[in-house]
Amino acid sequence: MSTLPDGHYIDDAPYDPDENLSALDRKDMDAPAWQLVWRRFRRHRLGLIAGLFLLVSYLLLPVAGFIAPYTANERSAEYLYHPPQAIHLFHEGTLIGPFVYPTTGQADLVNFRWQYETDTARPMRLQMFCEGGAYKLLGFIPSDTHLFCAPEGATVFLWGSDRLGRDVFSRILYGAQLSLTVGLIGITVSFVLGIFFGSIAGYFGGKTDWIINRAIEILRSLPELPLWLALSAAVPSNWGPVAVFFIISIILGILDWPGLARAVRSKFLSLREEEYVRAAEMMGAKPGRVIRRHLLPNFMSHLIASATLSIPAMILGETALSFLGLGLRAPAVSWGVMLNDAQNLASIEIYPWTAIPMLPIIIVVLAFNFLGDGLRDSLDPYKS
Amino acid sequence: MTPLLDVADLSIGFGTAPPVVQGVSFSVMPGETLALVGESGSGKTLTCRSVLRILPGSAQLRSGSIRFGRAGAVQDLLTLPARQMRDIRGNQISMIFQEPMRSLSPLHRIGNQVSEVLKLHRSKTGANPRKQVLETFEQVGFTDPARVWRAYPFELSGGMRQRAMIAMAMVARPDLLIADEPTTALDVTTQAQVLGLIKQLQRDTGMAVILVTHDLGVVANMAEKVVVMNKGKVMESGPAAAVLGAPQHGYTQKLFAAAPMIPQVAAPSDPVVYNDLILDMQHVSKTYQVRAGGWKAPIRVRACIDVNLSLPRGRTLAVVGESGSGKTTCARIALGAEAPDAGSRVLFRAKGAEDALPVHAMDRAQRTCFQRAAQMVFQDPYSSLSPRMRIQEALTEPMEIHGLGTRADRRDKAAEMLRWVGLSPDMLGRFPHAFSGGQRQRLSIARALTLDPQLLVCDEPTSALDVSVQEQILTLLEDIQERMGLSYLFISHDLAVVSRIADEVAVMRQGVIVEQAPPDTLFYSPQHPYTKALIAAQPEPDLSRPIDLALVAKGAGSPASWPEMFRFEGTTAPALVEVNPGHQVRCHV
Repeated sequence: MSTLPDGHYIDDAPYDPDENLSALDRKDMDAPAWQLVWRRFRRHRLGLIAGLFLLVSYLLLPVAGFIAPYTANERSAEYLYHPPQAIHLFHEGTLIGPFVYPTTGQADLVNFRWQYETDTARPMRLQMFCEGGAYKLLGFIPSDTHLFCAPEGATVFLWGSDRLGRDVFSRILYGAQLSLTVGLIGITVSFVLGIFFGSIAGYFGGKTDWIINRAIEILRSLPELPLWLALSAAVPSNWGPVAVFFIISIILGILDWPGLARAVRSKFLSLREEEYVRAAEMMGAKPGRVIRRHLLPNFMSHLIASATLSIPAMILGETALSFLGLGLRAPAVSWGVMLNDAQNLASIEIYPWTAIPMLPIIIVVLAFNFLGDGLRDSLDPYKS
Repeated sequence: MTPLLDVADLSIGFGTAPPVVQGVSFSVMPGETLALVGESGSGKTLTCRSVLRILPGSAQLRSGSIRFGRAGAVQDLLTLPARQMRDIRGNQISMIFQEPMRSLSPLHRIGNQVSEVLKLHRSKTGANPRKQVLETFEQVGFTDPARVWRAYPFELSGGMRQRAMIAMAMVARPDLLIADEPTTALDVTTQAQVLGLIKQLQRDTGMAVILVTHDLGVVANMAEKVVVMNKGKVMESGPAAAVLGAPQHGYTQKLFAAAPMIPQVAAPSDPVVYNDLILDMQHVSKTYQVRAGGWKAPIRVRACIDVNLSLPRGRTLAVVGESGSGKTTCARIALGAEAPDAGSRVLFRAKGAEDALPVHAMDRAQRTCFQRAAQMVFQDPYSSLSPRMRIQEALTEPMEIHGLGTRADRRDKAAEMLRWVGLSPDMLGRFPHAFSGGQRQRLSIARALTLDPQLLVCDEPTSALDVSVQEQILTLLEDIQERMGLSYLFISHDLAVVSRIADEVAVMRQGVIVEQAPPDTLFYSPQHPYTKALIAAQPEPDLSRPIDLALVAKGAGSPASWPEMFRFEGTTAPALVEVNPGHQVRCHV
């Protein structure tokens, strides 16, 4: 450092006026976009946990039958409205592995309810990898092996049983298969429609844009719940549960696309002004190419985030329809169908565990929201 | 005398990374102007923001002190409680930001926004804020303060908004004004007037000013003390006369060498007549229909009127003008991206002997052919490359669209083009966001070159870049022109940049060309008051050549305020007159 008498300061450190032209300016940014997104998303703790939870949940769906001790509609006629049972490890201070105490039920004719007495003298070990009700692994492999099941003469109702004596825990696992996938199918339908209409409206503008916008406004002005009701009432009652399920998810998707189409359209309008899009047009790229190569990749990530945020709406929609008895119907099992059984306030008061299917709904919806939030925050990796 | 503001050993960093501002010290005396000079990423904005403690949330102050106040009441701004800090902001220290478009709330009237400062800081004195605000409006040069009081920001032009911002900063009579690139977003004639205004206000009120800028010309016009920063460190500082007169540090010298200057010309150049025109625009006009709202008939806006431009093969034609002059419309019409009004003719000859291609009315096959021969370089290097495409995809895309070569051919061509623009071919697999603005502009030039065009339209290719990078890009463009025999249509707002690269300059204002000549002729004897104003307003990094505000004021206004010989109203402009061979001026004869 040197300072001249008139206050002129000059830095002494060696200075090289020639910079390396090929040196990377932002070394930290030298990665594909998905890596940058992942790097930021990793720091979003809540979103990460929610994402892992959802990943595990979806991975468990195909093997739900293996984990559940009972099958979906297996009745234990002697154990109606059985309260939740605990699994113990120690009996009088000695370790004997996971076991349950057997119970015996009695009708309490004074209060008009079922009472169960636990026999704590007889620990009964759970059977592991045992034979039970038949189910289909991954949807097509017939199997009857369960991870664990109740010992002979006892029951294992982790979250209690319902009015027909069916295990709530097992039914929640089976219900997840429908409740969680209804959102995915619905969102796929809504995605395809939304991207298609949104992008042609945004890219071509003018009259096309006008027509699509008016159609969206009309669709959005229809009251949602009555429309759901009307559409699902139109599903013939003699259709099988799987057909009804598909129709319901497609109905949900058809009613959801206008929101997505609008998001796509506005993103298109702003991206169309970007210079790289202009550059592509000046090179002679045709509209299809501009949309596919330049516009879609640049807002796909935003779409995924907004889709993640709208899956919960689908799940809740299915639940609401089934709760009202207009969506899926027994013998199909979904969380909404299960809650349909809990419509009676009095029975919830006496047997609160029949309302347990609300818990997975709340948790899954929250998890999707956290995940979507985290994704949205990390999707602009170029801004530091 | 004690300094008004004394910044000592200031260091700021983000996260665990090395500091981005490192050991910065400077001091400002009352009434003095200090210029913080540096390129993007030099830490100059962070430094001045730390004075008001308005750093981004993730920034950490690692060391240093900032002491502020007149003798006897000196406070350390870094340790002051938030409540007292609020009292200082806007009251004793105020700030002007770079973007006048975004610094004013669009939903509040200007008067209310400006008087809010007084409401916050003068609530107890009970003085009439309206009167004081109107006085300030008059001071900053508004001719009708009452109308400005009622106006919303969108009713004012960029220069007017910056004046309103200055009024807001000045109304509480601060001791220190921090101006962060206050004129970068403005046209050059407006910039000259705003700089003049800040200087005038400073003389009147005796406040000190910290001027943050990248432009040495602005520094030479404004500052008494200069601090040159690079990569977060002070490279050189001292009195303006010493630093600007005899720069000692290598970085300062480099900045000086790169600063564009309007040359002082001894003689006009001889007129040359070219016959081989690659691009010939004849009587080009463009009218836009703008919806007026409600049931009113649409308004017709004439973006350019009867423009005649001809670009000889292998030469550079520059179109210079401020925002709204119609220069970009001309470029878009020249590229066939916009259809001109009926009667306009744009002719393009790819090879000398060929028949001319009518750009104003091309069919599909002609357009494909034209697109291979004419390409464009864009202004903003940050948005001209798609962030999701690797460099290789971006560079091979033009060839893919036109179905040229095999995959391997395209790859080789892309690598070759990268070498041409001075970059290394191993960049092909990388993504654009790892690169600096200058590197991205090189990439964007390389992309335009992959089709072996004959004509390159450059729309302000250097105006988003740092000065030293601008210099490199201009050199690169010159090299490429020499190597490939390219012709350039160069659009710019900066006469100094143009003076270097152009063979012919057309100055545009409100859709018409007001003066056209080779650069030497133009700078030797500018005839039109608007050209004179543009030249006078150009800030030069030379203490002996200050901006001549009188000359700027004469030509910068609307055409109706020009001297009688050049005056016109609306779109009834006089014809271009050839005053000397090769020198045309729009005037009444």
